[in-house]
Amino acid sequence: MTAYLAKRLAIGLATLFVASLVVFFVLEILPGDPARIMLGMNASPEALTALRTEMGLDRPLALRYLDWLTGMATGDFGRSYTYSSPVIELVAERVAVSLPLAVMALSLSTAIAIPVGIFAAARRGRLSDTLAMGAAQVGVAIPNFWFAMLLVYVFAVGFRLLPAGGFPGWGEGWGGLWQGFKALLLPAVSLALPQAAILARVTRSAMLEVLGEDYIRTARAKGLPRRAVLWRHALRNALIPVLTILGLQFAFLLAGTIIIENVFYLPGLGRLIFQAISQRDLIVVEGVVMLLVASIILVNLLVDVCYAVADPRLRTGR
Amino acid sequence: MSLDPVFTPAPERHVLMKALANRSFLIGLVITAVIALMALVSFFWTPHDITRLEVAARMQGLSPAHPFGTDHMGRDILSMIMIGARNSIAVAVVAVGIGMGLGVPLGTWAAARGGWADEALMRVNDVVFAFPALLTAVMITAIFGPGAVNAIIAIGIFNVPVFARIARASALSLWPREFILAARASGKGKALITIEHILPNIVSLLLVQGTIQFALGILAEAGLSYLGLGAQPPMPSWGRMLFEAQTRMAIAPHLALFPGLAIVVTVLGLNLLGDGLRDVLDPRLRRER
Repeated sequence: MTAYLAKRLAIGLATLFVASLVVFFVLEILPGDPARIMLGMNASPEALTALRTEMGLDRPLALRYLDWLTGMATGDFGRSYTYSSPVIELVAERVAVSLPLAVMALSLSTAIAIPVGIFAAARRGRLSDTLAMGAAQVGVAIPNFWFAMLLVYVFAVGFRLLPAGGFPGWGEGWGGLWQGFKALLLPAVSLALPQAAILARVTRSAMLEVLGEDYIRTARAKGLPRRAVLWRHALRNALIPVLTILGLQFAFLLAGTIIIENVFYLPGLGRLIFQAISQRDLIVVEGVVMLLVASIILVNLLVDVCYAVADPRLRTGR
Repeated sequence: MSLDPVFTPAPERHVLMKALANRSFLIGLVITAVIALMALVSFFWTPHDITRLEVAARMQGLSPAHPFGTDHMGRDILSMIMIGARNSIAVAVVAVGIGMGLGVPLGTWAAARGGWADEALMRVNDVVFAFPALLTAVMITAIFGPGAVNAIIAIGIFNVPVFARIARASALSLWPREFILAARASGKGKALITIEHILPNIVSLLLVQGTIQFALGILAEAGLSYLGLGAQPPMPSWGRMLFEAQTRMAIAPHLALFPGLAIVVTVLGLNLLGDGLRDVLDPRLRRER
């Protein structure tokens, strides 16, 4: 098991390293001088040179890469050109929006999808199965930002139950927490729907596969009630493909926040990176992209650990 | 409740007959054909001319003259959706083409070559998969300038590892088979075996994946256009129509309804087509039903 995890960890770190090379060099060789963008087209050559020196843009590319890499390793992501504040502070503010949003969306989609998938598998071929899978088929096809617009129309414009956009912050006490939660509810639902649809389909087919196995028949034959077989024996074994998809969905979720945070005007990481890209604030883009990539690698590593725990065959490499 | 796996090999009928008997395939085919036809017809006819702005007729509701109403500039929404279909389909088709064109040779090459080539391809795949596709697409289009061509490239890049992985995995499972061994024994090279024996056997899998990626491409293009990074005005695109509708939804919800439905119906059609194709072409992958 240790060897298996060590290998996965090494691959994860190597991937992260290559990703850092790609992110840095691709963004740095792009056209567009950040100093000129900051100072405008009418800036004097002296002012430009001074700013370029201050920002370290006159140093060799390889050195700047090393500085950037060691900086990130020690938690220093550099300073934003446009916000004139440390990138890590900007990120910390935005994570307070994006992380709860991602967690809410993921919990919501899991809470809907797994019971629906199990339910549909247990009632294979019946009307309820057909209806549930039909709904999932439609759910997969719905773009999350369009769903978000419909939710706003119904719950914010129509019933006036929830805010249409913006984020008031987490505030003081339970009241403040509730306001923040309310602001993230519609965004989380719109992110969760397409994910739930995919997850429900995967859960159903994984359950059906397991339900066809001999040991399930044995469990039924020895007199265990259907419910116990379904939840105790089948679900545990069906969890592996479900976990894989959950890990993959995390990446989709992070990317999905770019659009959803724009729909709801949420001050999260997705909106930060979108604005930083359009303002050529490269140091912010580089920092946030690396953070997102690192979290995706980490999540996939955790999924690998879960595999090893759930399936002993994987530990020994079969 | 029956717990037996239902696997009865389909009798050897003509593939086309099997396909037409498959409900998913048939519904998906009809939807996809209607959307494609709509896009084709839009080249020489639309109900209204969308380059003529009629401010007096803006944001009108549904009427016989404008079945889907008009937008904030008085343009006919049905006509805009018809022309927008062209854009969505073109972007998705070319993006799938890029993915297949690069990914399949790479994947089959890695499977045939094995060793370092195979390992290298898999590690590159790991790196690409570590970047959320939409994030990179946003970066590419924001940096190289918004537009349909850059959207195609951005979406296409992410199709490459998808096809490479599928082509590699399915080719790898074929290499130890007897008919391949026979071909090797007869002195054929790896390249020739790949072309003559491997490709024909994995084409159905690639076709199924193609329809899935096609549907994902439509969704990705809509997302990019919504962010203003896809096709630029005056070329209508479904995502952009939704963006323009967003601030006007309280007064004219139909502005957002129809472009959104167009996306849903198209993606649904393609997914059904993909599911149906999988059932028909490869019974081993048949969904449990």
